Amino acid sequence: MTASAVLPSHHGAPSTSIGNGVSDRLRKKASRHVKERIIEALLFSAAAFSVFVTVAIVYVLVKESWVFFQTVPLSDFLFDTQWTPLFDDAHYGIMVLLSGTLTSSGVALLVAIPLGTIIAIYLSEFAGFKLREIAKPFLELLGGVPTIVYGYFALTFLTPILQKIYPDLPGFNLLSAGLVMGIMIIPYVASLSEDAMRAVPMALREGSYAMGATRLQTALWVVTPAATSGIASAYILGISRAVGETMILAVAAGMQPNLTFNPTEPGATITSYIVQVALGDLPHGSIGYQTIFAAGLTLLLMTLAFNLLGYWLRKRFREVY
Amino acid sequence: MQIPVGLEAGVEGTVLKADVRELDFYYGAFHALKRVSMPIHDHMVTSLIGPSGCGKSTLLRCFNRMHDLYPGNRYAGGGIVLYPDNTNLLAPEVDPIEVRMRISMVFQKPNPFPKSIYENVAYSLRVRGMRNKNELDDRVESALKGAALWNEVSNRLKELGANLSGGQQQRLCIARALASDPEIILFDEPTSALDPIATASIEELIIELKEKVTILIVTHNMQQAARISDFTAYMYLGEMVEFGVTDQLFIKPQKKATEDYITGRFG
Repeated sequence: MTASAVLPSHHGAPSTSIGNGVSDRLRKKASRHVKERIIEALLFSAAAFSVFVTVAIVYVLVKESWVFFQTVPLSDFLFDTQWTPLFDDAHYGIMVLLSGTLTSSGVALLVAIPLGTIIAIYLSEFAGFKLREIAKPFLELLGGVPTIVYGYFALTFLTPILQKIYPDLPGFNLLSAGLVMGIMIIPYVASLSEDAMRAVPMALREGSYAMGATRLQTALWVVTPAATSGIASAYILGISRAVGETMILAVAAGMQPNLTFNPTEPGATITSYIVQVALGDLPHGSIGYQTIFAAGLTLLLMTLAFNLLGYWLRKRFREVY
Repeated sequence: MQIPVGLEAGVEGTVLKADVRELDFYYGAFHALKRVSMPIHDHMVTSLIGPSGCGKSTLLRCFNRMHDLYPGNRYAGGGIVLYPDNTNLLAPEVDPIEVRMRISMVFQKPNPFPKSIYENVAYSLRVRGMRNKNELDDRVESALKGAALWNEVSNRLKELGANLSGGQQQRLCIARALASDPEIILFDEPTSALDPIATASIEELIIELKEKVTILIVTHNMQQAARISDFTAYMYLGEMVEFGVTDQLFIKPQKKATEDYITGRFG
């Protein structure tokens, strides 16, 4: 007994007994129904594909890392202070690569976050319409330069300049690579932050100006706090780019595993190590080769952690307007 | 800039606070205000009525130079003289920020900042460089009392302004405008986003506020203009059709166009 069969309409009569059945114009059309289902299936498969790819990547990383961790205990991986998988006396301390990644990313973010934020504030709150329309494409072009070009820029242009200021600086160093990486990330931070600021309703700005605020006060005290969640997303994207960047570091930072947080030294990062091994002549299946999966998994977990942090920050500091 | 002589209202016992004199204003090529003149009397409520697009909000936003924020807007002739300074607010040498310090504004839709209730009210003081905690506390409290909001929020000043109800948010915006002791407060259809009960409380508040400040209010609700204002101006297509004492304008309008509008024959 279905509910609709017994429920009377307003008039007290069962619904099917009203009128002379269903007219052809009002009847449900089979063709429309089928088309809808096909479109829905296409949309679903597109969405499912991206989920599938993500799951597949994680599966491969975990499976291959598992092989690695059969030989190397997790405690060695986490706490050893040497990374020498290619030597006879092999050590697998990820800390060494992690320090290179964190140091170069730190330098990059020290450049990208302040500059990117200032550029965003300028473009969103101070620049005129015309200037913004010209400046933004140029800024985004900066993000489109191939990273290998940035790498050689660091190695052959920036490092010699830095060596004039600081003569002891080695030819390969994390500082130069980090600075150039920061320049590369500026457009991401600036562009996304600017989008977030421009999305702040005009009514809030007017409210601020109407209280006698200056442009700078409005930008710093009203617009930026209101755009916090978007700006946080921009920062997180910048961090992910920095942590995942490969070519600049492979070219300019030296690829020598080095447990240091001193940017004036050469160093290898997780990513540059992976390139080195993937392009090298280590046989597949050897424990040396398996290291790159463990390193890759570490990288994935790091970016995942940053994304979760970003998600939490957005929820925590979301300013409601 | 040569200032033309203003319209004489000829009302006994009032002091002129500001005087709009043959003001012309353009949005780009669109002539939005055409030789508009009207007086603003001190410690009185003056309302601007008229159909949508008649220029009433445009005129209101001239008073605090809001039009300066957007390119293409142009004050094209005449001006608004503020007393006792006897200065044209729209003169290029006048600093809009100084104007906004003295002529505050409440908007159509409540627009509290994404800050706490306290910081919302303190904003107009911080903008002026006030840093003393005790002084800020006192001014915030008296502004919230002035906006009839203190009793409802005194124990939750740290909460976000956006958590308040619509009517409370609008009173918060009034407190924000009041905090810096302005001489004039501009209200741009302040109750159009509110329910009837919240509207009644805002109207009551506006009538109380004229003890402290001069009020200029745009409304498309003629009953509201009749209830709260001492003077009313009727505008149509960018022109000032009629200005007068509210009771007289509603009971015995001088112009046929005004009568047609207030009797609901059009608009």
